[in-house]
Amino acid sequence: MLTEYAFWLLSFIAVFSGMAVIISKNPVYSVLYLIMTFFSIAGHYFLMNAQFLAAVHIIVYAGAIMVLFLYVIMMLNLNNIETEKRHNIIKLLAVSAAGLLLLVLSGAVQKADEIAVSGQVGAAGMVENLGIALYRNYLLPFELASVLFLAAMVGAVYLSKKNLNETQSA
Amino acid sequence: MQVLPNITIEHYLSLSAVLFCLGLFGMMFRKNAIIIFMCVELMLNAVNLALVAFSKIHGDTDGQIFVFFIMVVAAAEVAVGLAILMMLYRNMHTTDTDELNSLKG
Repeated sequence: MLTEYAFWLLSFIAVFSGMAVIISKNPVYSVLYLIMTFFSIAGHYFLMNAQFLAAVHIIVYAGAIMVLFLYVIMMLNLNNIETEKRHNIIKLLAVSAAGLLLLVLSGAVQKADEIAVSGQVGAAGMVENLGIALYRNYLLPFELASVLFLAAMVGAVYLSKKNLNETQSA
Repeated sequence: MQVLPNITIEHYLSLSAVLFCLGLFGMMFRKNAIIIFMCVELMLNAVNLALVAFSKIHGDTDGQIFVFFIMVVAAAEVAVGLAILMMLYRNMHTTDTDELNSLKG
């Protein structure tokens, strides 16, 4: 019973703050609303008994990625209210494209089997099982992910150097 | 008596679809490149939610492992993307995607 109420509350928060991300004029507010969305998604992970994933989600998204976003916004001084104007035709196209996709997806979802999610008991999300799966079956992708991180790190450092031409010639 | 229906896979998939479409809408609607990045994150998270729901109903860890790798790619993407954005702002003094049009042929 409690999980049903929690599901609807968390879903409402997620969709509401997802809309607020798009609507708010100030990018800092958008970041804060996105953090709210991420926390409610982490709550969904808790409801689905994926505790480790919920913890990682909060640490990685709210702790690292959104802080990076806030840093960049503050550094570029973008937190002024922007007056952006889209053409009406582009607004109309955006609304109709997203709405049509939602229509198609919900039409597909209607055909889904009625499998209860909250009733199932499973230890799939526990740290032990995840660790066994990650280090036994998915060891190579795990190592490749570290190479990807290294490449991203080097790329980010290289891109944000001040003047590439001067440092190369010096 | 039951007030609310049981939570089925359909509910989670619907929520995921709504969040995904919100992200897509924001990507097309907004002009600020940082907001567009945030909308990409929203779409990735919508997919993650669906994967975790599938992993739950099958009692299988593979879906959650996949979510891990999506998080890794998202983190790498944000690091490189924000570096590119800093670079653009330093050279063009804007993050408006309508003004960053020097690549058109």
